[in-house]
Amino acid sequence: MAARLIASFLRQHAPTVSIRAELELEAGDRRVMVLFGPSGSGKTTILRCLAGLDRPQQGFIRFGEEVWFDADAGINRPPQQRRLAYVSQDYGLFPHLTVEQNIRFGMDAAGPQARDRVDTILRTVHLEGMAGRFPTQLSGGERQRVALARALARDPRLILLDEPLAALDLPLRDPMRQELRQFLRSIDVPSVVVTHDRVDALTLGDRMAVLSGGYIRQVGPIHEVFSRPFDVDVAASVGVETVVPGNIVDSADGLVTVRVGASQIRVAHAAVMPQSVFVCIRAEDVTLETAPRGDVSARNQWTGRVTALQPDGGVVRVTVDCGFLLSALITRPACEELRLAEDAKVTAVVKATAVHLIPREIP
Amino acid sequence: MDWSAILLSLRLATATTLILLVVGLPLAGWLALSHRRGRWAVDALVALPLVLPPTVLGFYVLVALGPRSPIGQAYEALTGSPIVFSFQGLLVASVLYSLPFAVQPFAAAFAAVDRNLIETAWCLGASRVRTFTRIVVPLARPGIVAGVVLSFAHTVGEFGVVLMVGGNLPGSTRTVSISIYDDVQAFDYARAGRTAALLLVFSFVVLAMTYRVQRRSGRSWPLVS
Repeated sequence: MAARLIASFLRQHAPTVSIRAELELEAGDRRVMVLFGPSGSGKTTILRCLAGLDRPQQGFIRFGEEVWFDADAGINRPPQQRRLAYVSQDYGLFPHLTVEQNIRFGMDAAGPQARDRVDTILRTVHLEGMAGRFPTQLSGGERQRVALARALARDPRLILLDEPLAALDLPLRDPMRQELRQFLRSIDVPSVVVTHDRVDALTLGDRMAVLSGGYIRQVGPIHEVFSRPFDVDVAASVGVETVVPGNIVDSADGLVTVRVGASQIRVAHAAVMPQSVFVCIRAEDVTLETAPRGDVSARNQWTGRVTALQPDGGVVRVTVDCGFLLSALITRPACEELRLAEDAKVTAVVKATAVHLIPREIP
Repeated sequence: MDWSAILLSLRLATATTLILLVVGLPLAGWLALSHRRGRWAVDALVALPLVLPPTVLGFYVLVALGPRSPIGQAYEALTGSPIVFSFQGLLVASVLYSLPFAVQPFAAAFAAVDRNLIETAWCLGASRVRTFTRIVVPLARPGIVAGVVLSFAHTVGEFGVVLMVGGNLPGSTRTVSISIYDDVQAFDYARAGRTAALLLVFSFVVLAMTYRVQRRSGRSWPLVS
């Protein structure tokens, strides 16, 4: 049984720049934590502190019974003694070693047993027959797999991934994202994944911590953070969006029907999807009407009650409860015209092409 | 041609280079990779022979190793003969004199190794020493070859320090450059010319080979970026 990570620390870069982190993570169903935030928000610093590569000035990091860092007691375990896997953005493969030598580098075992283990791990990441290659002879996706294989070979208790998909070409990112999700779910080890990409976050994470201005602003289940940001800062960095988990119940002619609670959502989507998905609707794609309309061919139309109105500059963010909480972004004049108030009845209209699905399982 | 002088120079250069490998690699590793305070002082100390006149360096080595110094007395008590004006004394002076020619290329090559790879090795459980020997040194090989060649060639050609510390004893401290100097003093230009030509060809061949090796290894080990 993997242990639990508890961290609370402050790292100061310069007199005016400091990063504060409060994190808790354990194995189990919600073991993949996404650290989300714009570039320069301190995500990598937090990861490096957890790995033992950077030293915080205050606070503590504990893993199970072990104290990895404690500023007051003057304890700071070096990375060698934390038995974790840290995969940097460019994977850090040793260019002068073969794939097999790279994987063996972190292993304690030697001899024929190690050989078997390398073979098993190579099979796990679909790299059979590549043991003798050098990193320069591999594609971007294969390099990532080697880095993961090497991390896995060490039998880590915690996995730290820094922007794992950023080094990949765009066409490769989609399949690798799915593969990475499957990989992280297949091992019962808690992991922290740093990313600034929304789709990466939604695909890979179970829970998410949003960083902004050097603080972790919000931690929670991934769709909750996207759908219900605590404050304007979080909303600005994740983008105002409705994200709800749902199940595909029907799929025909490029039109997919997803059940979310008691509501049904129609989505124009051609690709094959697993049953379990996240439904994403951007707030600016939602139109509000006072009454339902007739022509609903390829549109979604839900009637619900307004639960919140939040003015933000020239626009108003409206939350509508229509079986799930839907965010809409409309202008102030439109809001007045519709006579929107809390608890008012309203009809939300969303085009089927404006709804996006993010798979949660491998097809 | 003064074959005994040529052999002696080669012997001296080989021994000096080997010692510099043993001493210089860890020293360069420390200079390039650690962030201890006071590093600048060690940097300056290592670079000192670059700017110091060889006679000044030779003078201090002579004084430090002389029969009245503690080191000189200890050596004489141990071996029964003085260290100055011997091959061993010359070796000590050579190592000091060629130190920057080995350590600076080593350190530059170590500093150029992707920091990310070093940290990755640490996270994979490798100690600092293992990371150094398995990752840093292999990746810095072109720079290490450069340091070895430079210090070897530099030792073959040294003159002032040898004159101060070694003197001119055939077979034990009379090196190639001293031999050429002697020949010129004795107006034997033909003999001096032959030795000089040999040294010239030797230096060119060694450098050409080094550049060839460097170029090839540079292509087979591009750092992943």
